[in-house]
Amino acid sequence: MANVIYSWPSADEAKVLGKRRDRLDGLVKATGAAKYTYDINLDKQLIVKALDCPHAHCRVGSIDTIAAERVAGVVHVHILRPPSTEIQFQGDLIAAVAAETEGAANEGVAKIKVQYEMLDVFVRDDDLEAATDFGRTKKAGGKTELEREPTDDEDEDEFEEKEISRLFKESKYIVEGYYGINAITHCCLEPHGATLEWKGDKLDVHLSTQNVSRTDDGFADALEITADDVDVHCDYVGGGFGSKFAPDYWGIAAAQIAKKTGRPVKWMLDRDQELKIAGNRPSGYVKVRLGADDDGMAIVWDSQQWGSKGITGSGGIENAMPYVYRPKNFRRRATSILTNADVARAWRAPTHPQACAMSQTAYDDLAAMMGVDSYDIFMKNLANISSRQKAEVYVEEMKIGAKLMDWNEKWHPHGKGPTEGSIVEGLGMAIHEWGGVANTSNCLLRIHPDGGVESYCGTQDVGTGTRTVCAMVLAETLGLSEEAITVNIGSSKYPMSGASGGSTTVGAVSESHRRAAQDAIAKIFDLAAPKLGVNSGALEASNGRVGVKGNASKSLSWKEACGLLGINPLEVTANHVRGTKSPLSDVGVGGVQMAHVAVDKETGVVKMKKLVAVQDIGLIINPKMAESQIYGAVIQAIAYALFEQRIMDPKTGAFLNAELADYRLPWLGDIGEIVVHLYEPQSERQRGVIGLGEPPVISGGAAISNAVCNALGVRVPVLPLTPKRVLDALRQAGVT
Amino acid sequence: MANNSQSPGRTTGHTRREFLKGAGAGAAATALANVPATAEGQQAGAAVIHGWTTVSLDVNGKSHQVKVEPRTTLLEVLRYQLDLTGAKPVSLDGSSGASTVLADGKPIMASTTLALAARGKKIKTVEGLGRENPDPVARAFVEHDAEQCGFCTPGFVVAVRAFLDKNPQATDEEIRSGLNGNICRCGTYANVIKAALSIVKGGGNG
Repeated sequence: MANVIYSWPSADEAKVLGKRRDRLDGLVKATGAAKYTYDINLDKQLIVKALDCPHAHCRVGSIDTIAAERVAGVVHVHILRPPSTEIQFQGDLIAAVAAETEGAANEGVAKIKVQYEMLDVFVRDDDLEAATDFGRTKKAGGKTELEREPTDDEDEDEFEEKEISRLFKESKYIVEGYYGINAITHCCLEPHGATLEWKGDKLDVHLSTQNVSRTDDGFADALEITADDVDVHCDYVGGGFGSKFAPDYWGIAAAQIAKKTGRPVKWMLDRDQELKIAGNRPSGYVKVRLGADDDGMAIVWDSQQWGSKGITGSGGIENAMPYVYRPKNFRRRATSILTNADVARAWRAPTHPQACAMSQTAYDDLAAMMGVDSYDIFMKNLANISSRQKAEVYVEEMKIGAKLMDWNEKWHPHGKGPTEGSIVEGLGMAIHEWGGVANTSNCLLRIHPDGGVESYCGTQDVGTGTRTVCAMVLAETLGLSEEAITVNIGSSKYPMSGASGGSTTVGAVSESHRRAAQDAIAKIFDLAAPKLGVNSGALEASNGRVGVKGNASKSLSWKEACGLLGINPLEVTANHVRGTKSPLSDVGVGGVQMAHVAVDKETGVVKMKKLVAVQDIGLIINPKMAESQIYGAVIQAIAYALFEQRIMDPKTGAFLNAELADYRLPWLGDIGEIVVHLYEPQSERQRGVIGLGEPPVISGGAAISNAVCNALGVRVPVLPLTPKRVLDALRQAGVT
Repeated sequence: MANNSQSPGRTTGHTRREFLKGAGAGAAATALANVPATAEGQQAGAAVIHGWTTVSLDVNGKSHQVKVEPRTTLLEVLRYQLDLTGAKPVSLDGSSGASTVLADGKPIMASTTLALAARGKKIKTVEGLGRENPDPVARAFVEHDAEQCGFCTPGFVVAVRAFLDKNPQATDEEIRSGLNGNICRCGTYANVIKAALSIVKGGGNG
């Protein structure tokens, strides 16, 4: 077999790639047939419900479970936080009840009596002064970059101060802004949890996870077995967004209860627990000074930010500041606030949406101060960016976005648009960047002598359409239809594939499946070549046949070609290692979003009229599914820009809106018109596959905030832009 | 600042479990209901039901004998006894719409409907809309890719079906104002709107 050169077919040659295909498991999901972890019912399973701590900071005293154990149907009570444990946030699980039914489990939970010793609570993550007084601050990372360097005899700190103040003196325009974004939760609709059973000494777990291949070790570590004794399955997962990478302590406890009782166990969190302890995104607040020259070119940035990642308080957001637009001279400083809240988890594009909303708002305020078009400021300042995408790509994407938004026609100076009754409209934009590296992935491809094709890969579908991507890549390479291939994913028994996090899955499975299929087809070409009297290099696989390129008469059917394998199937395994340079995938995308809003100055209500998202992602496997991901990301951006926030009682630390009726997410009627443009010129397509999940969720928040500012002529500083905050900002600015 | 407090469990919010506790669990587990079994569906006066009882529910055109307590929800019966897991438990208060099923053709939340209250009604779940021969709404969801993780999808499909049955000529605007009872965290709304409109235009309401 000749050395296989891995590559993608050109856009003209491709028969499957780049086509708008329905997702293969679409009907399974739409008819309710898809079985999620919550839906797996095992014979004789126990249902577990948990008692969660009502206090944000306390010490567990006595726990009385006698009454709970006496409830009819209760089989076992399991203590998670024994007496004297310090509880650091509301919702932490204290004890769990395993019972025959949900009703009995809930009744058991209600009968557990716990004494708590109350401790000091602090949850005001937006109040740096109070946090300092309370001793809840921790220095986070800072960074300074200046074009000029101190001379040998100058003190570095002194030089920094002097240089920064010199640059501000040189600035024609200085924006002094305050911006922020509240903590939100992941709020996966399928809560975190597991349905599991012991089969002898082996643990079989259905886990709601975005990390099928690498959660077995988490169970094994905690249960003092080895990873080969644990199988994890997840055919379908009801949302993850960065919060479902591990078994979690309740998953481990579920396995312990199953061991103890000798029964299968189903333990899924209740909705309020899901919001309190199963994933949140850190908040961020910043005071910014941005200096610019006569032309509106930013020359210096100086920021002091704070926010909370929960009780551990370590920072993170500051590393992305100032976001994409980065003057040659900048200083950023940050303080982490330790709050009595669960530790934050990765949330789709970790740190980027917050950083974007806390820095590109300042650039828009610069445009407002100068009385010029924000588009011009955002275009001009592409001269100084820190991004994994090239400035030229943003230029083209901005032009496309402006056309789709009809920007030139609709734009007006900040606060100077026409008013209809109490309604004013405005436009805003922002840009983003992301990596999207292809994760490590292995694929086992088996081709049977009768022509049957099956693939195995320990990846998962978090909503991306992973099965469909695998099938499309195999179908393209083998010259078959997607329906002719059986794709198997969602089990740790299959060859390892990385977690679905950081926009790494489509790249990962495209790599491993393309490589496996190219290796396999090369072997089949070697067998078919002598039969067809040509060199294997002259062959192609297309339309269910293996034949001579450009000569349809000299070919074998797929089944005939596979028959040449003899009695045993052909098995190929292929592998891609994250970070390896490859012709099939690349790293680094940009993207531009523009928002059009209508704001009612009397009620403070902001309505989305239109949002335009222009996005590059290298080579696009399936435009239909890619567009879906962007629609979804944009709607999540609308969510954190206008609606969702975690509301904590400043006194007790209670999470006040931890039910879906109170935790406001956008509804179908809230989204306005969304226009998606996939930017795929040959220069981008030839880079190969790049991940898409994160980038389009990033810049919508800043774009919406900027649009509201353009409408009102007043900055509403903190996201989400609730009606009260809009009215407060107007009042403070003396507009009403 | 330390002080002691005794807590029997939750102190904030009103969860279904607390509501149901009041409604029927425990030693005083009672529920006012029509007389079960033989006189089912007929007005034969009120009766008090304690503990477990066997009742008959009409689900997807078939009569099922199921064992329920007064506190048992329709959703629990569907999911644990009939293995109809299309309707999902997303929120205890029913505000997500993920447990939407049809009762005599009208959308209800199975998560906030007691099983006893479902007696005498024709319950139709997403499974009842057809698997071998799926409802046009389910097909439209696939064609317009109105699903990502898919967890909200079955409830959404049922809600759209019920909405279009009532509003077969619905406009874009009516769809946007009439389908706000279902939450999708992945953000599929834009394609749900397209799917629903395609049914109206294609006459897929049967």
